[in-house]
Amino acid sequence: MAHRKKNKNVGIIGIGQTKYSSHREDVNQPEMIHEAVKAALEDAGITMNDIDCVVHGNMELFEMVHQPDLWHVIGTGAYGKNCIRITTGGTVGATIACAADNFVASGMYDIVMAIGFQKLQEGHTTGGITNMADPLWFRNLQTGALTGSKAYDVIREFGEERGKRASLMYRIIMDKHACLNSLAHRAFGLEFEQIDELIRTSPKLVGDLKLIDMCSQSDGACAVIFAEEKKAKKISKKPVWIRDHITIHREETFNIFGYDEKFPVQTTMRVAAENLYKRNGIGKPLEYFDVFEMYDPASWWALDWLRDFFLLKGDEHLRLVENKDIMIGGKMPINPSGGVIASNPISATALIRVAEAALQIRGDAGKHQIPSPVRHALASGFGGTMWTVLMMLEKELNW
Amino acid sequence: MGKRVAICAVAQIKNEGDLWHARFQNMLLECFESVMQQTGVTFDMEKGIRNVVTCSDDVFDARTISNNGMTDVVGAHLRGEEKMAQESLNGLGYAMASILSGHDDAILFMGHMKESQGESRRMVSNLSFDPFYCRPLGLDNMNMNALQARAYGQRSGVQEEHLARIVVRSRKNAKKNPYARENEEIDEAKVMSSPLLADPLRELHYYPITDWAFGMLLCCEERAKEFSKNPVWITGFANCMDSYFPGDREYVSNFSLKKASERAYKMAGIKDPKKDIQIFELCDHAAYQLPMWAEGIGIVDEGKGGAWVDKGGMDKFHVNLSGGMLNGNPFLLGGAARAIECFYQLRGEAGDRQVDGVKKALAHGTYGAAGQHQAVVIMEA
Repeated sequence: MAHRKKNKNVGIIGIGQTKYSSHREDVNQPEMIHEAVKAALEDAGITMNDIDCVVHGNMELFEMVHQPDLWHVIGTGAYGKNCIRITTGGTVGATIACAADNFVASGMYDIVMAIGFQKLQEGHTTGGITNMADPLWFRNLQTGALTGSKAYDVIREFGEERGKRASLMYRIIMDKHACLNSLAHRAFGLEFEQIDELIRTSPKLVGDLKLIDMCSQSDGACAVIFAEEKKAKKISKKPVWIRDHITIHREETFNIFGYDEKFPVQTTMRVAAENLYKRNGIGKPLEYFDVFEMYDPASWWALDWLRDFFLLKGDEHLRLVENKDIMIGGKMPINPSGGVIASNPISATALIRVAEAALQIRGDAGKHQIPSPVRHALASGFGGTMWTVLMMLEKELNW
Repeated sequence: MGKRVAICAVAQIKNEGDLWHARFQNMLLECFESVMQQTGVTFDMEKGIRNVVTCSDDVFDARTISNNGMTDVVGAHLRGEEKMAQESLNGLGYAMASILSGHDDAILFMGHMKESQGESRRMVSNLSFDPFYCRPLGLDNMNMNALQARAYGQRSGVQEEHLARIVVRSRKNAKKNPYARENEEIDEAKVMSSPLLADPLRELHYYPITDWAFGMLLCCEERAKEFSKNPVWITGFANCMDSYFPGDREYVSNFSLKKASERAYKMAGIKDPKKDIQIFELCDHAAYQLPMWAEGIGIVDEGKGGAWVDKGGMDKFHVNLSGGMLNGNPFLLGGAARAIECFYQLRGEAGDRQVDGVKKALAHGTYGAAGQHQAVVIMEA
């Protein structure tokens, strides 16, 4: 794919996150954002004076604040600075990382801070997501983010028992990771012995999507600071480099009216992965990457998407999970942070994936740091009608 | 990679008060097809458009992820799309960054807004205030503009008569713009007797509710000639955020506009906007803002807006020959409309409003109460 060399190399130099929780009643929105901003500045060892531009991202109908970057300026520190607001739904956290990368690489700004935030306790998440659907055709059919179709697909392909057990296996692995992450929202302490019991007892949401399979709704914010090569090297001892990113969207009407069993519409995960790897010369992604922070809103989706993201065939993806290869210490650790299933402040969520991937490369992830060296990391965003953003992060500037 | 980004084509529908018969997808499709036809650009993943920047608004569209409903009509199926969710001029800045970064060769930039479908523009802007202190007071963009208008009138000598002259001129200029809203031509007496909205703002001082959509193709310098014989160049962009709480801000200081324009001038190498720039398109949501923003960008001395209007400054500096926002563009798309007018002028395609020898133009966009956020783009022939 025709793709130019970046005008400038871009490195992540600062990362800040809040605690993720179902209720942050102790802070308002700018105060919560400020926690992440302050932590990111401290992490980078710089002050707000060093930031040239702030990129803000959230979904305004979730909290019903129109153009929230205006009020949030109190917490973002954007006063007197360039300030851009970009939103792409669930993918927005990843999109603002892409935007920050583009702004720095363009040479327009040297240091850019991306801030993703959501305070879902102040809105109604499923109502908000349902409002995404076309008011004439689909709004009455929408179940928000609660989608049972992926469970149906996996069960149809691999059988009920294997599908359900693999989904729960994935879920419990994520919970074990979340238990190591002090910022995670839900960390239950589940054990693998509970798989059969949870399949039997967890309340159904839609079809075979059960409560235990689905992410929670969280409050939280994440801030990530991006800098051009010279400044990144000067400011940070361990800058993490952004190698490339790709965004692939899909339009729902094309799938509903154009669906053909023989020629199904491609998933955005596979299209994004194929294009990204092709233009970066990555032949075997499962061998190349050392860690993958994946936007996994439900265990059924996560299970299925592993196949597309790593360009796998047949049941290879199920075996990755069944063999616990996706655990910390395994062949391809997925979401050492506990992932989205543990914490989902929606518009921060995809930026948290980038932040956590960068922390793994730096070796600064604390208790959930994977034991082997991390040189190449992948982070994904998910949202809209199955949209995907993929970002590649590197320890060395050597591609 | 150069420092310039090309605008290879623009497209728009006519500004209308109530496009009741068209959904926003219909409005966009017309613009999309025009850009495709003008440029011959494709969606080939090697050579064509891989990424689309859009501008729309969740609250005005009453849709979460408002871009979700437009990805098909902007060609974003199985490729990238990123929604700029501020005033549209910032989308040009982001598209510029996407190209200068080397990440994309070509960006399709499209936006829509149907102000007519909302119950009340004031309810929407009330939602842009914090829920604790300002929202319960009933603050909205209109009454904040009224506070600013009062303060600016006192400082600059801009009186009722000046405002009337600005509005009459806007309507007159718009008659020469085939895409402008069809508004009745009026005289100054009619403006001065129009009903008060929020003292001192009168109904005819304020921009009318409008539906509109646009599209543009942007491209890197190296490949611009593939899509246009005479591209227009973006050479400067900057924006700036002012503080939020009413008590924290000096409303007539032009703090954020001065900073944004200084940074954009620096990027484009402009030393004196009065001499270097021939066309100025400003987002005048209300009549008092035209001289006030003109002060902010540095073509009027501070506090001298009234005298500038008296001396014919608006015509001398070719400010808002399109009719501006006072004649009607939707709230968050004013900046894109300004940039499109600059494009026509720089290409010599502005018809009856064409100014001879236009080499550089300034497009301005603003949103947020009383201009909290300001953006400036510099364009060149």
